[in-house]
Amino acid sequence: AAAGLCPCRVLLSRRGGALRVLRGSMQGLAAGPETHFGFQTVTEAERREKIYQVFESVAKKYDIMNDSMTLGIHRVWKDILMHKMNPSPGTLLLDVAGGTGDIAFRFLNYVRSVRERQLQLKLRRHQNLSWQEISESYQEDKFNSLGDSQVVVCDINKEMLKVGKQKAQHLGYSEGLSWVLGNAEELPFDDDKFDVYTIAFGIRNVTRIDLALQEAYRVLKPGGRFLCLEFSHVSNPLLSRLYDLYSFQVIPVLGEVIAGDWKSYQYLVESIRRFPPQEELKAMIEDAGFFKVDYQNLNSGIVAIHSGFKL
Amino acid sequence: RSLRGSRAPRAPVPDPPLPAGRACLSHAEPRARHGRGQEEEEQEQEEGCYSLYPGHIPTSPLQKALLAAGSAAMSLYDPYRHDMVAVLGETTGCLALPNLRDKMKHHPEGYRILQERPRIRLSTLDTARLRALPDGSLGREYLRFLEDNKVSPDTRMPPKFVDDEELAYVIQRYREVHDLMHTLLGMPTNMLGEVVVKWFEAIQTGLPMCVLGAAFGPVRLSARKLQVLATELVPWAIRSGRNASCVLNIYYEQRWEQPVESLREEIGIFPPP
Repeated sequence: AAAGLCPCRVLLSRRGGALRVLRGSMQGLAAGPETHFGFQTVTEAERREKIYQVFESVAKKYDIMNDSMTLGIHRVWKDILMHKMNPSPGTLLLDVAGGTGDIAFRFLNYVRSVRERQLQLKLRRHQNLSWQEISESYQEDKFNSLGDSQVVVCDINKEMLKVGKQKAQHLGYSEGLSWVLGNAEELPFDDDKFDVYTIAFGIRNVTRIDLALQEAYRVLKPGGRFLCLEFSHVSNPLLSRLYDLYSFQVIPVLGEVIAGDWKSYQYLVESIRRFPPQEELKAMIEDAGFFKVDYQNLNSGIVAIHSGFKL
Repeated sequence: RSLRGSRAPRAPVPDPPLPAGRACLSHAEPRARHGRGQEEEEQEQEEGCYSLYPGHIPTSPLQKALLAAGSAAMSLYDPYRHDMVAVLGETTGCLALPNLRDKMKHHPEGYRILQERPRIRLSTLDTARLRALPDGSLGREYLRFLEDNKVSPDTRMPPKFVDDEELAYVIQRYREVHDLMHTLLGMPTNMLGEVVVKWFEAIQTGLPMCVLGAAFGPVRLSARKLQVLATELVPWAIRSGRNASCVLNIYYEQRWEQPVESLREEIGIFPPP
């Protein structure tokens, strides 16, 4: 009897499935083509909504979770990104998906220290000036500790921006910093504005990566640099297995225990697996018009920094 | 490898992208595994491979172990994380819960509860009717308890990590009946009262979470309270717990009119000191 019922049920559910696909594609025409959310298949509109909700719910614990999941190593990755960028004072940086401000704060620290070094060198050359002239030069440089460098933090999620602003206040960052609500696929900026564009651990969550890359190209000045820090693919098989074990077994548990949110962190590890590997991303960046595109693997490919120039 | 059955004790290492895209394994019944293509769409709620009930998150044995350790540590570190206490109960209850379920099955009233699956929620409680009941009746005292302590039965977390749908109901019932335990034992919701109820529940249910809560809860009490706890309350709770029949076997929703005293006698709880 069970055997007899089974095929019927399979048939019915298959027909139901076909109807569902039909309905899905009808909706798809309205809501956008099919894409992925972690390992699920959803429409583009659904994906945007779900990702917004993920970051809305993790915003407050974002930094704590980053530290516990990566055992603090994410700070090193971001420092390496900043050293690769090597910004000089006067640089205008756009940090997209910059949410809680990690890159922006590092940028401000970096240009401030470069500026200090510059000023020290300048003063050393002024050995034969009078005290009057030296104190005057102190005065004018005091108001220019950043050397006109500026960073614009752009994020699509209000909660993440809110956390970022609070952090900035708490840590004492005020000048050279602005916060803008915006979508990486459609940036609210004019063409040819920025010297550097960064997107750290954000491009994975963008639904149309090609659009984001095109926008990056658009808002950069000629000679501007595109930098992308993102989780990527590990080719070493042993490390890959360990990494998978850690990602799928430990990270959602950490999410549940620390943030009370298993599902967001399950999404996170699945989205890393779904993201294009290094070479594919490099090709996509080249397609957007960037030149001298290259990538640098960190920790054998767990993370990669892609770089390109608008010429 | 995936057909080796659900009793594989080693931690599963998932292949990165699996055919149906599911990288989490669980030792849940394999019945859901076969018709994965179509049935998965129907059963799959939000996330899990094959979630057995709304809110179910399938977990591997390693994940359960990590969750148990993590939630135990977090509950001690931050006692206000009630969700962690709940998770601890779910991940460590794999022996106690089937035990409880069997006790319920072999009792006529318990069996009825398992069949009908009543839920205690503010929306299902007829508070006007309960308020109209005479003082000393279960319904009236329960309502008084909820109002005095400003708690609500709706704040109980639904189970997520229990891999059996019936056991998920059992633990849900246990959580919802917890407030009624307070009423029957006459204990308030302060730390002292909670610890006493935990001792009672530990004897009654054998849930490791209750045992841990009973053992570690007193750590945060003052010396005076500890003394009262040790000399009067805990011995009474243990005696009552041992003497009483299984508290999950009472269909409370049908006994609102019954006086608390008589219900205590029926179950076998000694009068509180």
